[in-house]
Amino acid sequence: MTMILGLYNYWIVIVLMMIGFYIIIAHGHLIKKIVGLNIFQISVFIFYISLGKVDGGTAPIWQEGIILYSNPLPHVLILTAIVVGIATTALGLALTVRIKEAYGSVNEDEIQAMDNQVMASQEKEPQQC
Amino acid sequence: MLAHLPILQVIVPLMAAPACLILSRPKLVWLFTLLVSTITFFISIFLLQQVMSTGTVSYELGGWSPPWGIEYRIDKLNAFIALIISGVSTVVLLAAQTSIEKEIPENKQTLFYILYLLSLTGMLGIVTTGDAFNVFVFLEISSLSAYSLIALGKDRRALWASFQYLIMGTIGATFILIGIGLMYQMTGTLNMVDLAARLPEVAETRTVTTAYVFFIIGVCLKLALFPLHFWLPNAYTYAPSIVTTFFAATSTKVAAYLLIRFTFSIFGVSFSFTTLPMETLFLALGLLGIFVASTVAIYQQNVKHVFAYSSVAQIGYMIVGFSMSTHAGLSAMLLHMFNHALMKGALFLALGAVMYRIGSTRIDDFRGLGRQMPLTMAAIVIGGLSLIGVPLTVGFVSKWYLVTAAIDKGWWPVAGLVLLGSLLAVVYVWRIVETAYFKTPITGKDPVKEAPMAFLLPVWMLVLANVYFGIDTRMTVEVATGAAQSLFGVAP
Repeated sequence: MTMILGLYNYWIVIVLMMIGFYIIIAHGHLIKKIVGLNIFQISVFIFYISLGKVDGGTAPIWQEGIILYSNPLPHVLILTAIVVGIATTALGLALTVRIKEAYGSVNEDEIQAMDNQVMASQEKEPQQC
Repeated sequence: MLAHLPILQVIVPLMAAPACLILSRPKLVWLFTLLVSTITFFISIFLLQQVMSTGTVSYELGGWSPPWGIEYRIDKLNAFIALIISGVSTVVLLAAQTSIEKEIPENKQTLFYILYLLSLTGMLGIVTTGDAFNVFVFLEISSLSAYSLIALGKDRRALWASFQYLIMGTIGATFILIGIGLMYQMTGTLNMVDLAARLPEVAETRTVTTAYVFFIIGVCLKLALFPLHFWLPNAYTYAPSIVTTFFAATSTKVAAYLLIRFTFSIFGVSFSFTTLPMETLFLALGLLGIFVASTVAIYQQNVKHVFAYSSVAQIGYMIVGFSMSTHAGLSAMLLHMFNHALMKGALFLALGAVMYRIGSTRIDDFRGLGRQMPLTMAAIVIGGLSLIGVPLTVGFVSKWYLVTAAIDKGWWPVAGLVLLGSLLAVVYVWRIVETAYFKTPITGKDPVKEAPMAFLLPVWMLVLANVYFGIDTRMTVEVATGAAQSLFGVAP
């Protein structure tokens, strides 16, 4: 029972991570994939944040009478990772816009089918000439 | 000034990137980028010399002493890799302006150089830093710029390849982040030296095993180790030629460096190879990679695809050397990292020249090029011979060390399989040579001129380096064995 309740933060992380991962794999829609990627990354953010929390500790601001502080380092680290996550999302969305312009679709299967068609037509070409 | 070299190597290209915007004229920006890359090259030569003569260089960022502050630590291993990266980057940049004039619209050329510099920053940062979290940050700097660089390709498939790489790369980087988080949880430190000292105490725990596995899978995604290589062939094929050359020669080396650094210096051989069955796993994946990727390469219609799959196979050779976990095997891997950078640099840059002249790299368009572009095709032939491992080229040197390392370890079948893998390389290189020299050109097409000097000069610099380091192996072997020695901490 302590395995489940005592470590609940890890269970949340694992569940979120698997949801994100599943969306990335199972969905063909590019925007949904980016959303999945976000959930996947956020699960790791939560992991880091819960890592720094010390039971009974307060925010790491010096004050008289307080001896137990949470560890601020993982929180600072994850700020960097959040920025990276935003950059990745922005780039992914920008690419999606460009893909929509170039292919007229944001569906993985349709894009792949169009690419395969181009590949197939290129392979035939030499026999004609 | 000299004491600050480790950080200057990273800061100079980082600061230079936004400065490009001020210059704005593409030609000027190119010269500026070339200058910056040359500076990092000289810094890395200097650092390597310093490390070889006086030993490890440690730099405290902002004067905060490690393990609290961030430490930049240069030893033989990363000085060597930094030399590969900055060297290839400089040579490749010589041809950059000529190549991108045809491949990238003029209003995006300045942005290309900015992204290029950021990517260089990221790679050099990963290599020089001695802090585990710093690795993640620099990894993302180099990856994010890599995705955008690949998306600059003319073909719309470049966009799709870039998107796929973005998804795979981000999953890989997030795995690395989880690994680092778990390591921090167990040891309370992010400094690599400190991690190495504290991990053995807790090595028995499941958390440390999980940390290692997450980290290694993340790195293998970036490394494009078979079967995690699916993003690589299309990304390399549809990216602009310069980008392909730069990444093929450097980015997988950076991931290979991380693999070595974390397996050997941080987790230690006894943990990764005795506690965990890494030897069997990497050996199997390495050999499978060699055979599957080489076989697929034979059937490709686009020469860029051929060499991209060949890159996956070459990573297989490196991993075979890695899996031996002996001094000789690791030296062979390091040698092959250097040599592969030279071969693939020469080959992809020569393909860039072909792309410049005929606007395609499909194998059928190579017909008759042997006569029309003799110098470029000769470069591809020599690069191809090096890829196969013919004596007097660098490819032979690394294969020789790899095979002797396998025999030393008593792995006779592995030595045989490595040689057999080279035969597959003969097939795919021969296909290109045959088409270029022996098939009649398509009639009614304008004859193609030889590539411009801007291409021939860097291509032949790399080709001659292929031959030179294939004959005079003193420098490379000394550095590679020295680096391997320092990782094992004992004389061979």
